[in-house]
Amino acid sequence: MLGEKGLLVERYEQFLSAYLSGRTEQSLYKAQQFSRKMIEQNISPEEVINIHYTVLESLNGDIPEQVKDSFDFLIEVMMGYGMAYREHQILRDKQLALESEIEVAASMQQTLLQGEVPTVDALEIGVISKAAKKMSGDYYHFVQNSPESISVAVADVIGKGVPAALCMSMIKYAMDSLPEQQNHPSIVLENLNRVVEQNVDPTMFITMFYGHYNTDLHRFFYAGAGHEPGFYYNALTDDFEEFTAKGLVLGVSRNTKYKQYEKKIEVGDMIIMLSDGVTECRTSSGFISRDEVISLIRSHMHLSPQEIVDNVYAELEQLQEFELRDDFTLIILKRTV
Amino acid sequence: MMNLQIQKKNTDDHIDELVLIGEVDAYTAPKLKETLLEAAQKQGQKVIVNLSGVQYMDSTGLGVFVGALKSSQQSGSTLTLTGMTERVERLFEITGLTEVINIENTQEEEAR
Repeated sequence: MLGEKGLLVERYEQFLSAYLSGRTEQSLYKAQQFSRKMIEQNISPEEVINIHYTVLESLNGDIPEQVKDSFDFLIEVMMGYGMAYREHQILRDKQLALESEIEVAASMQQTLLQGEVPTVDALEIGVISKAAKKMSGDYYHFVQNSPESISVAVADVIGKGVPAALCMSMIKYAMDSLPEQQNHPSIVLENLNRVVEQNVDPTMFITMFYGHYNTDLHRFFYAGAGHEPGFYYNALTDDFEEFTAKGLVLGVSRNTKYKQYEKKIEVGDMIIMLSDGVTECRTSSGFISRDEVISLIRSHMHLSPQEIVDNVYAELEQLQEFELRDDFTLIILKRTV
Repeated sequence: MMNLQIQKKNTDDHIDELVLIGEVDAYTAPKLKETLLEAAQKQGQKVIVNLSGVQYMDSTGLGVFVGALKSSQQSGSTLTLTGMTERVERLFEITGLTEVINIENTQEEEAR
């Protein structure tokens, strides 16, 4: 280290004397480069002044006493800056450490939560789910119990970031522990409600839409816990209907009952599930309405469900100037045969 | 970014009326939570929140009212929300909270 510092003083002397003899732009530019070098080597501001003083003294032996003394004064003044600078460095290092921890948590969440999208004979499935921040509060989960049926849950934990993500993991494990009820949406919601009600901070709650598609009967059974309603596309009439499934959000009231609904699905029909990030998209001219979402879906309807959700997302992203304010999840199930 | 103004009207000792103006979202919710929970924790207190000046509320904002509801059930106070705009009312309806929180929007209806 001492050798390096000695080298620094030597270089500083060269640059300073070059500047003093010519006062050129070029030698000033050297000073800029040199300051970067000193920051790299953790030289504090007061040390820089000390180097300057040492070099000045060796270049010009007779510095007036007053000027000499003023340097001591200046060094004292700069000490505060030096301390602030070192604190800043420490915080920056801590921030980097935290960021990498969040990075790890986010990738854990990815592997934990985003299970595979099943392949089912009579259905085409499209899924997109994007987090506004590193950790997502949106959640979807597919379960395929037997070849002729799949279940799907779409949920939104209020609040974002790490607490929401932790709560998600709880929901996932609660759902995995209810295998025999997976075909009964209203019972799944009633059980999850009890889990959330007992375990969650009072201001936290979860909205969920849970559906079960039986591919033998081509019936879709569903129930909702305060979740943003999705849409049902009726291919025969070429109309979109609202998928209303009323029910209280999970985690508010212990003995809440949930009503189960069902719908016959014909060839070409689509089931569209979403998070409120889709309809709460804020643009410079206000919010995106549900009708606008429908017309976006309609404009891509000739494509496969995966291409539809990808394109809708891309267009909404553009409308929001590529800045996602809320987590975004859009799922489409389409009966093909 | 919009702010949230919370005006407190103490019409009498047992009634706290809060008038909210602005947006209730993740940024403003902590401030509202503090004021609202303090009022809802007083036993027998009648807490009225006027939302006619709120154009936007997100789910974190809804969470504050869920927390206040639970707290009022525990302490024996009452919580009433009034004057919701259509957008805010839709949020309470979708989430099913209209079934569990006391909401009086009649004055607003007349004004329309």
